Amino acid sequence: MLEVTSLSKSFGGVAAVSDVSFSVRRGAVHSVIGPNGAGKTTLFNLITGVYRPSTGRVRLDGRDVAGLAPDALALMGVSRTFQNLQVCMNMSACENVMLGAHQHVRSGVLAGMLGLTRRADTALRTQARTLMDFVGVGEHHAAHATQLSFGVLKRLEIARALASRPRLLFLDEPAAGLNDSETHQMTALIRAIAATGVTVVLVEHDMKMVMSISDEILVLDQGRKLAEGGAREIRANPAVIAAYLGVAQEAA
Amino acid sequence: MKHLPRPSLWVLVAALVLLPIMLPNNYALDIAVRVALAAVAAIGLNLAMGFAGQVSIGHAAFLAIGAYASGIIGARYSWPPLVGVAAAAACAGVVAWLIAKPVLRLRGHSLTMATLGLGVIVNIALVNEVALTGGPDGMPMPPFEVLGFIFAKVMHWYALSAVLLVVAVLLSLNLFDSPAGRALRGMNGAEVAARVAGVDVGSFKVRAFVASAVFASVAGSLTAYYVGFISPSLASFSQSVELATMVVLGGMASTFGALLGAAVLTVLPQLLGGLHGYESILFGLILMVTMIFLPRGVVPSLALLFKRSR
Repeated sequence: MLEVTSLSKSFGGVAAVSDVSFSVRRGAVHSVIGPNGAGKTTLFNLITGVYRPSTGRVRLDGRDVAGLAPDALALMGVSRTFQNLQVCMNMSACENVMLGAHQHVRSGVLAGMLGLTRRADTALRTQARTLMDFVGVGEHHAAHATQLSFGVLKRLEIARALASRPRLLFLDEPAAGLNDSETHQMTALIRAIAATGVTVVLVEHDMKMVMSISDEILVLDQGRKLAEGGAREIRANPAVIAAYLGVAQEAA
Repeated sequence: MKHLPRPSLWVLVAALVLLPIMLPNNYALDIAVRVALAAVAAIGLNLAMGFAGQVSIGHAAFLAIGAYASGIIGARYSWPPLVGVAAAAACAGVVAWLIAKPVLRLRGHSLTMATLGLGVIVNIALVNEVALTGGPDGMPMPPFEVLGFIFAKVMHWYALSAVLLVVAVLLSLNLFDSPAGRALRGMNGAEVAARVAGVDVGSFKVRAFVASAVFASVAGSLTAYYVGFISPSLASFSQSVELATMVVLGGMASTFGALLGAAVLTVLPQLLGGLHGYESILFGLILMVTMIFLPRGVVPSLALLFKRSR
């Protein structure tokens, strides 16, 4: 459903991502891995409209979406979470999730002032609570965002992204900063999301998670594509072992 | 109906009904009218500053546009005052849109700088367009007459401004808890997250700014009719700073905070009558102390304290 062709981005002459091509299959779980500074998050930011690509094409269901703003992409069913949390700390947990459904509700300023959205809002609140239950933070529905722990906020971001009813969901390091049991739960959550028919693409460092849930893995190194394939192929790929896994094994 | 919606609004209505009974004289009632009208402007400015995070330090320009447009329409063309107030509000909205639309394409504090410029320009225009505005001497306002009823007594004005205040509070509270309100507050809290959620950030900033200009214009028009006389000082920089201070003091994004801020900054100079001419120093001090000790503003800080103590 997503096709990325020779995507490049440089910041002041430094190529963060260069000539990366890959495609995302509908319904599959894809992972992007690579050492620190390999350009994984930049790749995410390019595809989700946070950065504009220098060159290259991004096609979503055949439509060229390179350089489209995040809000335009949201209307096409693309959502994401962030490695460094982007939670609205001036709102409650539930409001954050409700914000995610922005495109599906009447959002006029005048309509809001006149209270015309109140009935729809009640339904929205119920839906947000259901989503919070789904990602496992239902108990915090009444809390303010500032009262929540890091792990809860990570899940809250996922709930917010799901509220937009995405077809394609990008998760930027969902397991970063989580302990073993939390990572385990996160893996189960991502599986559950994929099972609902949402296509998931994630950037992740936790190899155990990546290897266990990915149908397809893309390996980046220094902004370039190093390898692409299933978990077994990637594990056996000598270039990948040299650039990435080998280093990790030595460290362990 | 199981329970009354918005209890805070009903407390406000009760307070506004009881207030004239408790106030000792017309002087106190006069201050109450001024507080209510200032609060309408502050609640409006809060939509841009507190909700959307767009600081305006030239908002007195919209007060002045409301005052002068309704004054010119009423005095020179003899249109009914209410039509003048509505036309002035539309005019302020259009001016706000014309400023915000191009400026918000830029990043950072561009709107703040543009509002500063607007305040200066409007002030100069009011002083120099003598034929239309009366220049530095200002101009008198015609009586405020609605369907043959003339608002002559302070009590009439109190009733009118109290109703207007309740409407402003209701609109602001409604907006706070609506999808548009969450979009505005959300892009203030984490802009990129709001964009990913599908919020057209630029459009919402413009809309919040236009709404805030309309509130300011209505407050400006009625203040002009109430005082009976307008002068270019309405659009002065200190007036803009005072308005912004009301929002910051009361609390960003807090409707009742804006009301409290308006009350404090309107009543305080009256109590400290000897301060004549030094008000701006006082406002500056209030702004600094608030930013240092209560950066969220009075009402949100108290709300948080109350929540923790339970």
